[in-house]
Amino acid sequence: MVENNRWGNFFAHLVLIIGVAIVIFPVYVAIIASTHPPGTFIRGVMPLLPGPNALENYKTVIFEGRSRAGTPPISGMLWNSFVMAMAITIGKLSISLLSAFAIVYFRFPFRIFFFWIIFLTLMLPVEVRILPTFQVVADLGMLNSFAGLSIPLIASATATFLFRQFFMTVPEELMEAARVDGAGPMKFFKDILLPLSITNIAALFVIMFIYGWNQYLWPLLITTDPEYYTIVMGIQRMVTGGDSEPLWHLVMATVVLAALPPILVILFMQRLFVKGLTETEK
Amino acid sequence: MASITMENLGKVYAGNVRAVTDVNIDIADGEMIVLVGPSGCGKSTLLRMVAGLETITEGTLHIGDRVVNQLEPADRDIAMVFQNYALYPHMTVFNNLAYGLKNRGFKKAEIDRRVKEAAQMLEIGAFLDRKPRQLSGGQRQRVAMGRALVREPAAFLFDEPLSNLDAKLRVQMRVEIRQLQKRLRTTSLYVTHDQLEALTMADRLVVLNGGRIEQIGTPMDVYSHPATTFVAGFIGSPAMNMLPAEYMRGLVSADSLAHLPVKADLIGIRPEDLSLAPAAEDEMSLSGRLMLLEPAGAESHLHLSFEGIKETMVVRLPHVPDVVEGATLTFSIKREKLHPFDVTSGKRVA
Amino acid sequence: MQTKRMTFSSSWLPYALLAPQVIITLIFFIWPASQALYQSLLRQDIFGLRTEFVWFANFERLFADPLYLNSMKVTFWFSVGTTLLSMSIALLFAVMVNRMIRSRDSYTTFLVWPYAVAPAIAGVLWWFIFNPSIGIMPYVLDGFGYNWNHRSSGTDAMIMVIIAAAWKQISYNFLFFLAGLQSIPHSLIEAAAIDGASRFKRFWTIVFPLLSPITFFLMVVNIVYAMFDTFGVIHATTEGGPSQATNILVYKVYRDGFVNLNLGSSAAQSVILMAIVVALTVAQFRYIERRVNY
Repeated sequence: MVENNRWGNFFAHLVLIIGVAIVIFPVYVAIIASTHPPGTFIRGVMPLLPGPNALENYKTVIFEGRSRAGTPPISGMLWNSFVMAMAITIGKLSISLLSAFAIVYFRFPFRIFFFWIIFLTLMLPVEVRILPTFQVVADLGMLNSFAGLSIPLIASATATFLFRQFFMTVPEELMEAARVDGAGPMKFFKDILLPLSITNIAALFVIMFIYGWNQYLWPLLITTDPEYYTIVMGIQRMVTGGDSEPLWHLVMATVVLAALPPILVILFMQRLFVKGLTETEK
Repeated sequence: MASITMENLGKVYAGNVRAVTDVNIDIADGEMIVLVGPSGCGKSTLLRMVAGLETITEGTLHIGDRVVNQLEPADRDIAMVFQNYALYPHMTVFNNLAYGLKNRGFKKAEIDRRVKEAAQMLEIGAFLDRKPRQLSGGQRQRVAMGRALVREPAAFLFDEPLSNLDAKLRVQMRVEIRQLQKRLRTTSLYVTHDQLEALTMADRLVVLNGGRIEQIGTPMDVYSHPATTFVAGFIGSPAMNMLPAEYMRGLVSADSLAHLPVKADLIGIRPEDLSLAPAAEDEMSLSGRLMLLEPAGAESHLHLSFEGIKETMVVRLPHVPDVVEGATLTFSIKREKLHPFDVTSGKRVA
Repeated sequence: MQTKRMTFSSSWLPYALLAPQVIITLIFFIWPASQALYQSLLRQDIFGLRTEFVWFANFERLFADPLYLNSMKVTFWFSVGTTLLSMSIALLFAVMVNRMIRSRDSYTTFLVWPYAVAPAIAGVLWWFIFNPSIGIMPYVLDGFGYNWNHRSSGTDAMIMVIIAAAWKQISYNFLFFLAGLQSIPHSLIEAAAIDGASRFKRFWTIVFPLLSPITFFLMVVNIVYAMFDTFGVIHATTEGGPSQATNILVYKVYRDGFVNLNLGSSAAQSVILMAIVVALTVAQFRYIERRVNY
């Protein structure tokens, strides 16, 4: 029988409900922990039901921080993360759209050569060239700056390839019609190509924003000034700051706030997210 | 309004691939020229060379009194209707029509006026706010026409504009385009692979094959005096029958074919020039065995074979005759309706 | 490589369009990478005063260094563990969700969001759950008589970081498996059913083989993820410990270069990592080629 039977369905639902519960569990625990007073974590096992201190904990982490441990209020870190994520996203999208446009709609010497240069970025993640890249950024005076946080990360082979792929599917005649209608290359790009790419841009925006927000190693390398800490790397400072046990209620409140923006982006733009994820890998 | 003159136009692609060779056409102001030929004959390339979408590698192209070889498409004062219409999918019909005018810096009032006028002419006024995907195939076709119309160009270029429509709509749009063109008297170059479209729409048609012109002439001229065996086979449906002259000479008394040049070794016969009536004074007769009778309502197609040669013949009659398959039938044809060709050169003789 | 049939003609515009991308690539990717290559052949004395060209001595030293060999072993087990755990759970979820009609989207929503959680945060979350004094997992395990302590037990620490790394990656694998399952023509399943294959047999003889291209692709992606993107998981929790048990290559290259400032060794490690990425990228692109050939 190809149709589903009732027991099979019941079993499948059971597996999925348990699975979803396990997947959600860590975040549930974090949310619960962020609502308890500090005393809860001194002894015994962590709580599984909400406590009374939610408002206070979140107020503390957002506005006060812990000056003794050297962690600033996280409102600033949230803002830094947001600026960095947006700069990376917009930067990646802009330069990739332009490169793909050049590669698809022009024929010029060294075209393939440039394509391979862009392709090389795929093979050189930050993790394999930590020190020399740090050196370059330091020499350029970009340590502790938003430019340093974002510009070195905005080269994107993936986005360039995706747009190239998409541009190749745009009918030839649209460009020809635009030329007969008196549109030059940049006018065609702005009036025809960009509006047509809007879904792809939105899908990539979701992916890139999450990528940017979740940067960890890079901000860790190039920021020493707490002014420029981002939230994701800031958590590490909170956890390891000092020898004592971390202040779990504050750490977890920070964790929740750090994870929330990208999670909300995914939940509200699930369709675009799935499209972006599956198409960038083609 | 302008004439178009093509002088020795040729196109060679990189890698020495030849697409068009030595094309000379003079298109008079207001004339409708149809380029026709099988796929790959270079007709679209030629049209795109006129449009400026392909560079011209040989010869000279005049539009009006200008040489336009080096001009951008937008500067040639032409408008083009594409096979797949190439409507901008994200723009409304209004903006599709207006885009070219905006790029040329027309005033808003003038754009409005021209778009409204074209919309009225094409009966698409009700769709101006819609996007192309909300339109039917025929409506899209009209929008594509409209985009060419609003520009009031020196010439229209049509690249198989009807090939994406169903048969019924195609006939309807064919009539409309021709009427519109006659009314506006705009010089037009129209590309199609459909010989019927070519015959019905053209002031003059140009038959292309292998990148060269086979024949230029009015539809009736090309139909009744095909200059080459290729044209004879391509224009007219069913295609012209070709029988070896030697065989024909053996069938009939010598003087029946005396009016044909000796060089003629291939005789062309249009399927509709044969009849079942007995041969009259100026006619000759021809017998064959009926292999298949295809009744088609108002007319019928008869497929015949002959003893001793492998060539077969199709006859088109304006009625369905009362005959049985397998029978031997005798047809008559006016002697002047025979088309003599030379096999080796493929050219018509005399 | 293709362009459009007709292209715009301009002698400078395409270069201007490519300039931002190419300049950033040259400055922040290619130049540093070539520096790493160059430095991997040099050795600096401890005061940084004298630099000497030593050919492959840095590499020879690395491969003789038990700490580095250990790091390779750790990376291997960490990658294999993360990949297997994450992919098998994701495949199970995908197969189950694929049966659903009405609830498919809701389950999907519940399963995709961990993708948005940064690896470092995933690490901290599980670190909290496994905290030996107050964590819920050690409490539960204690009930089974197991004394969990990732601060002293290397195995415990490894299990913890594998779980944290795999947890985040389930979403990604799930989405690709689900897409793969949905692209299998239903008629094939029906044909197999008519041929008398049981549901279980249908999965292993029809569905799973048809998923193999995606499985291969995901394997490569997951190994890349485990090797390079999980820096945050390690750095925010175990910091490579206890006693090197979770010191994966990426973390080690960071410690040796950035913290301990051992330039030559760090550069040599970078070069080895680059070779690994190149190999994995080539593998990934062979998958794409194969798929194009269908």
